Amino acid sequence: MSIRGKACIAGSYEHPTRKAEDKSTAQLHAEVALGALRDAGLTRADVDGYFCAGDAPGMGPLSMADYIGLDRLRHVDATDIGGSSYLLHVGHAAEAIALGKCNVALITLAGRPRSEGMATGTAPRAGNPNQPDVQFEYPYGAAVANMYAMCAKRHMHEFGTTSEQLAWIKVAASHHAQHNEHAMLRKVVTVEDVVNSPLVADPLHRLDCCVISDGGGALVVTRPEIARSLKRPVVSVRGAGEAVKHQMGGQLDLTYTGARFSGARAFEEAGVRPSDIKYASIYDSFTITVLLQLEDLGFCEKGQGGRFVADGNLISGTGKLPFNTDGGGLCNNHPANRGGITKVIEAVRQLRGEAHPAVQVKNCDLALAHGTGGSLGTRHGSATLVLERE
Amino acid sequence: MSEQTQARVPPSPTPDPSTRVFWDAAREGKLLIGRNTKTGKVHYPPRPICPFDDEGEVEYVPASGQGTIYTYSVMRAKQPYVIAYVELAEGPRIMSNIVDCDFEALKVGQPVRLTFVTSEGGQPIPMFTPA
Repeated sequence: MSIRGKACIAGSYEHPTRKAEDKSTAQLHAEVALGALRDAGLTRADVDGYFCAGDAPGMGPLSMADYIGLDRLRHVDATDIGGSSYLLHVGHAAEAIALGKCNVALITLAGRPRSEGMATGTAPRAGNPNQPDVQFEYPYGAAVANMYAMCAKRHMHEFGTTSEQLAWIKVAASHHAQHNEHAMLRKVVTVEDVVNSPLVADPLHRLDCCVISDGGGALVVTRPEIARSLKRPVVSVRGAGEAVKHQMGGQLDLTYTGARFSGARAFEEAGVRPSDIKYASIYDSFTITVLLQLEDLGFCEKGQGGRFVADGNLISGTGKLPFNTDGGGLCNNHPANRGGITKVIEAVRQLRGEAHPAVQVKNCDLALAHGTGGSLGTRHGSATLVLERE
Repeated sequence: MSEQTQARVPPSPTPDPSTRVFWDAAREGKLLIGRNTKTGKVHYPPRPICPFDDEGEVEYVPASGQGTIYTYSVMRAKQPYVIAYVELAEGPRIMSNIVDCDFEALKVGQPVRLTFVTSEGGQPIPMFTPA
């Protein structure tokens, strides 16, 4: 039993806003929902499956279905694994479609941390005291940035990775973002710019971090027959994998991520190898996030990520593995502090041949989208998709 | 440049019925870890159900307080502090802070020993300092 070829991404939409002071979070969800349905050539009346995660205000899909006006739902899923939720949702939507539980699945993400003035990466969050880890982490000032920083520090210690190598990831993202009119950071930066920017949490600098932005995105996943009946290029879900990695009672190893497992599962289902991938969307909350995932997905050997990303190897047109051609979370946007859905959206653009001409990968018929959610330093979800143009 | 972490007073934890013994022990200068009475395997944070094995009971036992820095980061906040994972002599790698130290002199692999810093609400929090 496999989802290979059982579902297609028929609609895709990224909200152009990066600061939504005058819109509500629910409104952003509704706007991206309609945007993706319009892109597909479908309407709300066609939607019988709905997927959302923790950014959706209210009790899972209940408030959102009510607000957006989805009244034909027969399948819902609010699995929340942070920023990677929406890649997992594509896989789960494909499963539901394969089993006949729904025909047209809508996935939405939206949020406005920028307008709400959230110190996303640097402020320790008290969290729910019933969450068993909170009392063992909050007193120590655990924040998003220092958790990823500890991964980077250990990687440097074990493999000799340097800040300059990490900086190349931001440099590549900025080369792509210059062509994206909606990107928050469009200025091309250099390795020196990154390593000379202020330290946030050693060894991560300000420019090693992603942006904090408002916005959102949505996807429509359908049965292949429906996708083929519509006017858009057909993007098929060829493989999907998911994983959860955590501290395991203190047997913690920060040198690898759940991508090691979710990636292997997605590649196995798709029947392809990393070397077959023409374009990769890689979650980029921080530069180190990208480096670890590239290794774990098998694009290079463990410990070789620093060398792999250096010298522009991720830049479209010159590098071997064009990544995040929209500018990614590092330069474009990170709506709701969750960059998962935009990873799929740019992969769909590439497969449709609709990326910006300056970054469009030639003959892009096979792409990977990968997301990480939660924190690589403690607990995280991991979801990988292999997508194919029919 | 030498920086010190004493300035930061940690916020208090919110103990739950299964961890009150852990925080009470901290008041006596002890860092408790979980130990499976059947397999001898130890874990952290301690919990009544062993995360590794279905068999055996969990007892909370004091760690020696000796360890090494597995990784760390200096948080460049208004009151800078060092967050770390410390590998205990008993094995588990646990989240903590390194205090009373020169930030710039810290190293991965460096030996550290247990100490306690009192939280805003008066709860001693287990932390580490260079040995």
